[in-house]
Amino acid sequence: MPPEPVRDARELGVIHDIGYRHYDGPRLGRAYIRRSLYADSAKGAYGLGRAARTKVMPMLLFAAMCVPTLVIVVVASVTGGDELPVGYTTYLVQLQVVVAVFVAAQAPVSVSRDLRFGIMPLYFSRPMRPVDYVQARYAALATAVFLLLAAPLTILFAGALLAEMPVGEHLPDYLRALVYAVLLAVVLAGLGLVLAAFTPRRGLGVAAIVAVLLVLSGVQTAAQAIAVEQGADTAAGYTGLVSPFSLVDGVTRELVGTDSPLPAGPPGAVGTLVFTAVTALVVLACYGVLLRRYRRVTGA
Amino acid sequence: MNATVARLTARSLLGRRRALLLLLLPAVLLALSGVARALAGTEEDLAVGLLGGFALGTLVPLLGLIAGTGAIGPEIDDGSIVYVLAKPLDRHSIVVTKLLVAVAVVTALGAVPTFAAGVLLTGTAGTLAVAFGLAAAVAGIAYCALFVLLAVVTRNAVVVGLLYALVWETLIGQFVPGAQALSIQQWALAIADEVVGSRAGQLGVTSAVGLPAGVVLLLAVTLGATWYAGRRLRTIRLTSEV
Repeated sequence: MPPEPVRDARELGVIHDIGYRHYDGPRLGRAYIRRSLYADSAKGAYGLGRAARTKVMPMLLFAAMCVPTLVIVVVASVTGGDELPVGYTTYLVQLQVVVAVFVAAQAPVSVSRDLRFGIMPLYFSRPMRPVDYVQARYAALATAVFLLLAAPLTILFAGALLAEMPVGEHLPDYLRALVYAVLLAVVLAGLGLVLAAFTPRRGLGVAAIVAVLLVLSGVQTAAQAIAVEQGADTAAGYTGLVSPFSLVDGVTRELVGTDSPLPAGPPGAVGTLVFTAVTALVVLACYGVLLRRYRRVTGA
Repeated sequence: MNATVARLTARSLLGRRRALLLLLLPAVLLALSGVARALAGTEEDLAVGLLGGFALGTLVPLLGLIAGTGAIGPEIDDGSIVYVLAKPLDRHSIVVTKLLVAVAVVTALGAVPTFAAGVLLTGTAGTLAVAFGLAAAVAGIAYCALFVLLAVVTRNAVVVGLLYALVWETLIGQFVPGAQALSIQQWALAIADEVVGSRAGQLGVTSAVGLPAGVVLLLAVTLGATWYAGRRLRTIRLTSEV
């Protein structure tokens, strides 16, 4: 029996030749594995393709995000006028607790179990590399969080159109809020996955993520309130750096002009630059930390 | 009460990462209070906002959640609870022991720092600090009892607990006032309200429920949850679940 050519085996796919039938068909390779893992984890974040029990929590949170918008839309269409009672981005910031709980509940589903049950070597015995795993998981969770944020926005927008509010005013607002949703999803997914990747124990990761997100948000609110009361406008603006929700809010309100419920945004052009730089740094740092984390798992 | 169970629980609760998380919360509260005091001086409105919103509204529920579910959840999860259950111990006493350890942790890391933050923010160990310290202690006990029960009943105790403590009590309570009648936070606030006395309304230390209702509900939830957790532990199923 001639040995398998080992030249591209790692790149294309591993089929162990144990002496039965040969396989000469197409090999789907790393890109295919990455796509599969991405699709599987994005669906898994909503429990799709998994047991009914796992669908309950994400669907409940999804409903918690969407149901209030239905009420808002109905009220707005009855009372009439050109404006929704709540701004698009403002709505997301007000429901940040639900978003935080979703990230906290689903980030550990994505990565903690693989670590807890020690099956990372199984992933990496395939052509997949740590980079692929991190990219697929990260992109999938970001997609899932984005859908959670975009769904209520879309309902609000559709409701505004059905209530015959001016499209010219609502379409730009809706698109701006979607930019906020994209950025927030990427930042939150990064933070959630980093924390989850270091807390394999069931429950602990959930608590850690939600504690960090809510404490940051609480600190930000309190610090900003103090600074506004003291008349320190610049300081009040920079307190937005503390929480991911206000950080991304600061970026989008200055760069694309989203509505914002916060009393102070980044002060001036320098502030905008700082907020944007910090956002980019957070995302890159999360990605880097995840890569490092999984380099070590392969070594072990 | 059983000393060995208590020791084991304390050790697992104060394991490295969990302890880090548990310590982070009071540290943030005290740091925030220190900064607020340095910048804004002793302002009672600010103190009520921080103690009510951050300490009682976020810190104590989270501590109760981490300590309450952490006291028994991991053991059920990895199956090592059988070694405790196989001993000739009353299941109720196991639950009570674990609950007491969790309550001790939440009191030390939640109620005491809340009191300290109150002293820091108001400048004196006056009624505000005492009121919120007491409310935090009482709420901590009720949260622990509830979350120990959740950990016995479901594998997703932390997420379910979060939904209750944050989404129900905080978010839905904001928009639907009726939801506040079923909120440990509000019941504890009723006690703070009573301690502060006649100035409570002016300071904004008000609760959605009266004192008798609050105390009765707190007692009912704490005792009921503890008893039912013990009962559920008698017939617990140890199936592994993914």
